[in-house]
Amino acid sequence: MAETITLEVARYSPERDAAPAFQSYPVPLRKDWVVLDALNYIKDKVDGTLTFRWSCRMGICGSCGMMVNGEPKLTCATFLSNYAPGPICVEPLRYFPVVRDLVIEMTDFMVKLQSVKPWLIRAEEKPLAEGEYLQTPDELNAYKQFSMCINCMLCYAACPVYGLDPLFSGPAAIALAQRYNLDSRDQGSRQRLEILSQHEGIWGCTFVGECTQVCPKHVDPAGAIQQYKLTAAKEWFKSLLMPWGAK
Amino acid sequence: MDISSHDVLLVGGGGAGLRAAIEVAEVNPKLSVAVVSKVYPMRSHTVSAEGGAAGVVKPGDSLDDHAYDTISGGDWLCDQDAVEAFVKEAPEELLRLEHWGCPWSRDPDGHIAVRAFGGMKKERTWFAADKTGFHMLHTLFQTTLKYNAITRYDEWFVTRLLVDDGRVQGVVAIELMTGKIQAITAKAVILCTGGCGRVFPYTTNANIKNGDGMALAYRAGAPLKDMEFVQYHPTGLPFTGILITEAARAEGGYLLNKDGYRYLQDYNLGTPQPKPVLRSMELGPRDRLSQAFVKEVEKGRTVKGPYGDVVHLDLRHLGEKLINAKLPFVRELCLKYENIDPVKELVPVRPVLHYMMGGVSTDIHGATPLKGLYAAGEVACVSINGANRLGSNSLPELLVFGARAGRAAAQFASQQQGASTAALAQAVDEQKRLEGQFLRKTGGTERVATIREEMQKSMEQSAGIYRTEASLVEGARNLRELQGRFANVALDDRSHTFNTELTAALELSFMLDVAEAIVQSALQRRESRGAHQRTDYPKRDDAKFLAHSLVLRNADGTARVEYLPVNITRWPPGERVYGVAQTQAKGG
Amino acid sequence: MRTSEVNRTTEYTLYHPRWYRQRVSTYWWLWKWPYLKFVLRELSSVFVAYFVVLTLAQVRCLSAGPEAYAEFRQWMKNPFFLLLNGVSFIFVLLHTMTWFNLAPRAMVLRVRGARVPDAWIAGANYVAWLGVSGGVAWLLLR
Repeated sequence: MAETITLEVARYSPERDAAPAFQSYPVPLRKDWVVLDALNYIKDKVDGTLTFRWSCRMGICGSCGMMVNGEPKLTCATFLSNYAPGPICVEPLRYFPVVRDLVIEMTDFMVKLQSVKPWLIRAEEKPLAEGEYLQTPDELNAYKQFSMCINCMLCYAACPVYGLDPLFSGPAAIALAQRYNLDSRDQGSRQRLEILSQHEGIWGCTFVGECTQVCPKHVDPAGAIQQYKLTAAKEWFKSLLMPWGAK
Repeated sequence: MDISSHDVLLVGGGGAGLRAAIEVAEVNPKLSVAVVSKVYPMRSHTVSAEGGAAGVVKPGDSLDDHAYDTISGGDWLCDQDAVEAFVKEAPEELLRLEHWGCPWSRDPDGHIAVRAFGGMKKERTWFAADKTGFHMLHTLFQTTLKYNAITRYDEWFVTRLLVDDGRVQGVVAIELMTGKIQAITAKAVILCTGGCGRVFPYTTNANIKNGDGMALAYRAGAPLKDMEFVQYHPTGLPFTGILITEAARAEGGYLLNKDGYRYLQDYNLGTPQPKPVLRSMELGPRDRLSQAFVKEVEKGRTVKGPYGDVVHLDLRHLGEKLINAKLPFVRELCLKYENIDPVKELVPVRPVLHYMMGGVSTDIHGATPLKGLYAAGEVACVSINGANRLGSNSLPELLVFGARAGRAAAQFASQQQGASTAALAQAVDEQKRLEGQFLRKTGGTERVATIREEMQKSMEQSAGIYRTEASLVEGARNLRELQGRFANVALDDRSHTFNTELTAALELSFMLDVAEAIVQSALQRRESRGAHQRTDYPKRDDAKFLAHSLVLRNADGTARVEYLPVNITRWPPGERVYGVAQTQAKGG
Repeated sequence: MRTSEVNRTTEYTLYHPRWYRQRVSTYWWLWKWPYLKFVLRELSSVFVAYFVVLTLAQVRCLSAGPEAYAEFRQWMKNPFFLLLNGVSFIFVLLHTMTWFNLAPRAMVLRVRGARVPDAWIAGANYVAWLGVSGGVAWLLLR
C-alpha cells in the first residue's frame, strides 16, 4: 500500500471567493482511516481553515455527509483505502447552498421536516395511568425501517428532482411522514395526506430511486414514497366513490 | 450589538434540553423558550446511546430494588432522596415518551419489553432495538416541532453566561453561520450540554462533548460536584473508541484474555456460567470490569493489538439469528469500522472513557446554587449516579431531571424581570475578548490540536482508571503549563463564516478548565470509591470521604475543593458485592 | 489553486452569509449511469404510447376491410417502420421489466408478520405476463 493519498477538497470562503475552487492535500494512507480522519488530519496539522461538520464518527448523528468522488457518502464510514491510489475528490453535499468549504445550508430541509407533522397525532390522548399503547412486534415492524433515518440528507443530494425543483419535499421528509402514518398508534394520516398530496409532495417524485441507493441506514425512502402514492391514490378513489365516508 | 430575549433558555439540545423545553412549554405556554445548541439537535450525543433506559414496570420488581441497585452501584455516594425521586419518576417519563411515539421494543403481547443490564438485579431496562438513544432523541426532537413557544437557535455556540447581581441573566453566543456575536437574555438558563469525554484520548464521546456547560458554570461561580468520578466503559473499539454496548454482554457475550480465558472470575465477580447472570461476571458493574482490564494488562495477559492492549469480546456462540435480531447495530459497527464480523470472529475491545458522573452541582429540582442557573443531564450532578453510574440509568436521568429543571426554571422565570444593563455590558466585553484573543490576534505560535492532544495524553496517564498522588500532581502541573501555552495559540482561520477552528479553540479552553477540576478533585479525595481508584489509598473511607467534592473557582483562577455531605435516607452504606459473594449473602 | 469560472454575484458584507448555489445542468442525467437508466425508463413510455396508437390504427384498418388491412401490412414492411417497431419493442420490454422489478417497492405484502420477499412479487408479475403472452400466442397461432 502506498504511503499517502491525495485529497482534492472543494474550498469556498464567502469573504474571499466568488465560487468554490479545489485545493490538494496529501494525507497518510492508513488501512483503517476514513475520509473524515483525513480531513481532521488536514485541519489539525496542515490547514486549520478547512471547515466541515462532524460529531459522532459512527454513522448515527448524520453530520458528516459530503460528496466523495461524486457520490453522497458519510465520510465517517468511507475508507480511504477503497479509493487508492486516488486522488479523492471531496465536495459539499450536492443541491444545497454552500456556506463555507464543505458546510451546506440545511434550513430548507429542517422546514420540510417540520411541515409533514412528524409527531404522533391522536384524536384522543390516553392518560399515562392507563399505561402504554399496546403495539405488537409485527405492528412495530410495519414502520420500523422508516424510523431509522438519521437526517443525513444524502438522499437529497442524490435526488435530481430536488436538484431541479427545490420546492420538492424530498425523500427523508416523506419517509418520516410515512413512518408516522404506519405507526399503529398514530391517527394523523389524513392531516399529513392533505399536506403531502400536492405537486411538491409525493407526486413530485418520479421514482428515480437513487435516494434508496445512497441511504446509509437502509431506510428505503423511495419505497416509502411509492407506498404512500398507492395509499394516496386509494384515498382519492374512496373520496370519489364514497364522499360521505368519514375515514 | 443585537439582543434577543426569552424567558427560559436551554443551552444544549440533546435529550435533557429538549425534554426540559417541552416541559416549560407545557407547564406555562405563555413563556418563550429558546433552545440554543452548537449543533442541530438531532446531532446531539444522546443519539449514540445504544443499550436502554431503566424503569420499574414489571411485576416482581420494585422502586426500592431499583433504588438499592443504583445506590450500591454508586458506592453509596448517591443522594438517596434524589435516587428515590428518580426511580419513581423514571417509568412515568419513559411511558410519556412512548405516548409521544418512541418505538420501544415489545413483548409478543404488545407490552413494553425489558431486558437485563449490568449492575441491575432485576430486568428493568426498556430498549428500542439497540438504538435507544437515537429513537429517544428523534422522538423528543420531532415532538418539540409541535410547540410554537419553542424557538431554536441551531448552530449557535455559547461562549459565556451573563451574570449580574448574583443571578444568571442570559448568555453570549456566536451565530456560527455568520459569525455574529450576540447576547440572548433569559430569566432562567438551563445547562444541558452533556459531558466532557473529549478531555481524554480514548472515548466513546463525540467531538462535541467538551464540557462546555461545566466550564461555563464554573467560570460563572457555580460549583462542580464529584468531578473525579469519570466512568470508563469496559468495551470500546480500540482506534475509534466506538462503544460496543453492554447489551452485547447482557445477551450473553464473554470477555476473554489472550489465553481465551474468561478472566473476570479472578476478580470477585462470580463464576462463569453459560448464560448471563445478573450482576455477575460480564454483567458486573462497569468500573469493576475496567479495573479488571488494567490488572490483566499489568499481568501481561492482554492481547497486543496495533493500537495498544485489548481483550476479546466473544459473541460467536450466540448465533447469527440472535445477533441480527437483538444486536444488529453491534454487528454493523464492527463490520463498518474495524472490518470484523462478530458472528465469526473475536472483537478487540478496551476500556474507553464514556460518562462523567460529576458535573454542575444541582439539587433535586435541577437548580444550582447560582440563582437563575439550572442544569440537567450528564452536565449536572444531582447526584443520582454517585461514584459509578449503572448502565441504562443515564437516559431516564435526562428525562426525569430535564423535566424537573424545566418546571423549576419555568416557575423561577415567571417571577423575574428582564436582564440588567450591566449584564448587557458583559456581552459587549465578550465580543471584544473573542475578537482580540482569537480573530484579530497577531503573533502566537501554538496550534489548537497540539495542545488538545497533549492535554488528552496527560489526562489518561495522570487521571485514568488508576491514580496516584504523584500522577495527579504531575497532571496538575501539565495542565498549568498547557493553560500558559493556550494563551499563545494562533488560529489559521480568521474568517467569520462558520469558523470551526475558533469553536475548537473555545472548546479547548473549556476542556482545560474541566480537566483541572477533575485533577484537583481527584487529588483531594484520598480514598478509592467506585470509579475513582487510588493505588496509594486503595480502601473506601466512609469516615472521611462519604461526601461530595465541590470544586470552585477562586478569584485568581485557581481551584479550591470543599466537601458536601451525602444525603442518606434509608440505605446505610454497605459493601458492594457481586457474583458469588452476593449469592452467598442471600443464602445461596 | 485552480480557480473555476469567476461569476461575481453580490459582494460579501460582514455578518451576512453569501451562500454559493451550484446551477444544475440541463444534462444532469448524463452524469451518472443510474440517472441515464432512469431517463431511458421514462422515455420508454413514449414508445408504449406509440404502440398503443399503432394497435388502435391496426384495429381500425382491420375493421375497414381486407384492402385497408393489406395496405397496413405493406406499411409495416417498410424498413423505417421495421426499425421503429424494433426499437419500440425493446423499449416496451424495458418498460415492462423495470415496472415489474420496482413493483415490490410500492406493494408491501405481509404474511404472518414477515414481509413477502421482493423476488416473489416481481416473479409473480413475470409469471402472469408470460402466462398471458403464452395464452395470446396460442390463440393466434393455433
